[in-house]
Amino acid sequence: MRFRIIRDSLSRYACGFLAASVPLFLAAVLLIVVASAWPAIMFNGWHFLYTLPWSVGNEYGSATMTVNGFLAPKGAEYGMLVFFVGTLLTSLIALIIAVPVSIAAALFLSEVAPRRIAGPLGTLVELLAGVPSVVFGLWGIEVVAPAVKNSIGPVLSHLFGFIPAFRGPVGTGVGLLSSGIVLAIMIIPIITAVSRDVIENLPDEVRHQGYALGATRSEVIGAIILPYARNGIIGAVTLGLGRALGETMAVLMVSGSALNYLPGNIYSPVGTMAANIVALLDSAMIDPTGMAVHALAELALVLFILTFIVNALVPIVAGGVVRISSMLPTAAEFGGHRE
Amino acid sequence: MISISGKRRSAGNRVWTLVMLIALALCVLPLADILWVIALRGVPAIKLDLFVTSTSGVAGGLANAITGTLLIVCAAVALAAPIGILGALFVSELADRRTAALIRYAADTLTGVPSIVLGYVCYVALVVTLGWGFSLLAAAIVLMLMMLPYILRTADLAMQRIPVELRQASYALGATRSETAFGVVLGASLPGIVTGVLVAISISVGETAPLIYTAGWSNYMPTGKLFHSPVGYLTYVIWTFINEPFDSAHQLAYAAALILIVLVLIINVLGRLTMRRRD
Repeated sequence: MRFRIIRDSLSRYACGFLAASVPLFLAAVLLIVVASAWPAIMFNGWHFLYTLPWSVGNEYGSATMTVNGFLAPKGAEYGMLVFFVGTLLTSLIALIIAVPVSIAAALFLSEVAPRRIAGPLGTLVELLAGVPSVVFGLWGIEVVAPAVKNSIGPVLSHLFGFIPAFRGPVGTGVGLLSSGIVLAIMIIPIITAVSRDVIENLPDEVRHQGYALGATRSEVIGAIILPYARNGIIGAVTLGLGRALGETMAVLMVSGSALNYLPGNIYSPVGTMAANIVALLDSAMIDPTGMAVHALAELALVLFILTFIVNALVPIVAGGVVRISSMLPTAAEFGGHRE
Repeated sequence: MISISGKRRSAGNRVWTLVMLIALALCVLPLADILWVIALRGVPAIKLDLFVTSTSGVAGGLANAITGTLLIVCAAVALAAPIGILGALFVSELADRRTAALIRYAADTLTGVPSIVLGYVCYVALVVTLGWGFSLLAAAIVLMLMMLPYILRTADLAMQRIPVELRQASYALGATRSETAFGVVLGASLPGIVTGVLVAISISVGETAPLIYTAGWSNYMPTGKLFHSPVGYLTYVIWTFINEPFDSAHQLAYAAALILIVLVLIINVLGRLTMRRRD
């Protein structure tokens, strides 16, 4: 008996120790980002948040300068504005495309399609969420960018040319619009799957009441389902946004990696925070003072905070119906949102 | 909002059904097109040679990249699965409510951290500060950070689904809490746990961003050394070789994409089948 009690508490401590590694890892990640960004935070000051130029300075001369006690090559200056705006705009375009499509598809799967068809189709949509981001990027280079250059771009600029953002030149196809389209296709499965889960978990009575009053299916959807599921769907969209903001490879491959200028129209090359951490690290390592690497850490810190805020908003806007774990492909089957 | 005319209402119903159908097509068609494009360009590029020769420059085979991907993912799973599963057992069965909530919150937050941020952290901490250089262990640890919260939360959700009567029956037989956790709950939730691990594997097989500055890249077969030895991996071939002007490079990129997508889909479908069999 004694042995069993000891074994009981021993295994409890052992499992607790392993479980505690998760918050510790999270704390370590945050600590390392902050520590690594610190010299850049001191060097850049508040300018980092609202200025445009990103320059590592003159790496070939030996001239250096010191700001707030931190050393950098002469002429170095870092502002995140281009990447911040690029991140927000690509995600915004992605949402504009993805939200109506995902909600309508979720409604079709949960309200219209017979169960026998809805099941396999839903699985197919979820499999799309599993396609690696670099494959989306490859497809973006091969299919989306040429389509934007040759057909989507010219058509949009022809139809909506009176709006400055839609006016040409369309350019090479890589840029804001292509990134937005690829991002949209990446987040559609997430928003669809989570929204579908939310809608299917509405109590059946609300539907029956509508049909009993003689409403058609589209009337039930418009007047009952959507208002009831609104918060959950907003949560699903917020989840998709969190994903889009941090997406790296696909955007890197079709964004055109702009530096030092803001997009002039929706076809312009852009840079996003996530993509540019990858794009710039190689050249940053050349900086003998190390400031360029620290500046990228500051970018990573802002990205961390941004995605943290958006993800923290998920359960709040969804009234607890949707949480980050709803994104796990298995959450629906496990009733993940109803813990 | 609800119109009176019956004809108009049923027409409206049909229009909206059509709109929803089109939306669903917009969801599914990109997947079909991705598979189509990758298959079209990838299948002709697949040759037996790919699997036995290593990359040289932007030509050659993919043996080094395939082995590297498998090696990194196996190492990461070996680290993440035990921590994740036993951690889930703690959260679901052994912890008090507040500790469990804290760990779940941390796991969810870690899931939400962009993978490039994790990659950057491991680059700064492991590759540079600890001086490991581009290495297998640094790559495995960054993937472990991605998989761990994922495995933990899926296993946790699977355990939460086990009916409380099962636990009560175990207690009634005189079992302790941890005996119940290990002897009853762990076994009963195993299909869900396996699903979580498999889906986590399928995600990390396709990761690129966190590996670029931890694994590096190598034209040679992995040496098996944990430190100071860069490792090649499949996703690297896709994103760098597609930007090369040579046809051989493009063929390798498409072949790598095809192998990757087949691998990911097989693991994903396996994971879902495991879960379905239990129900």
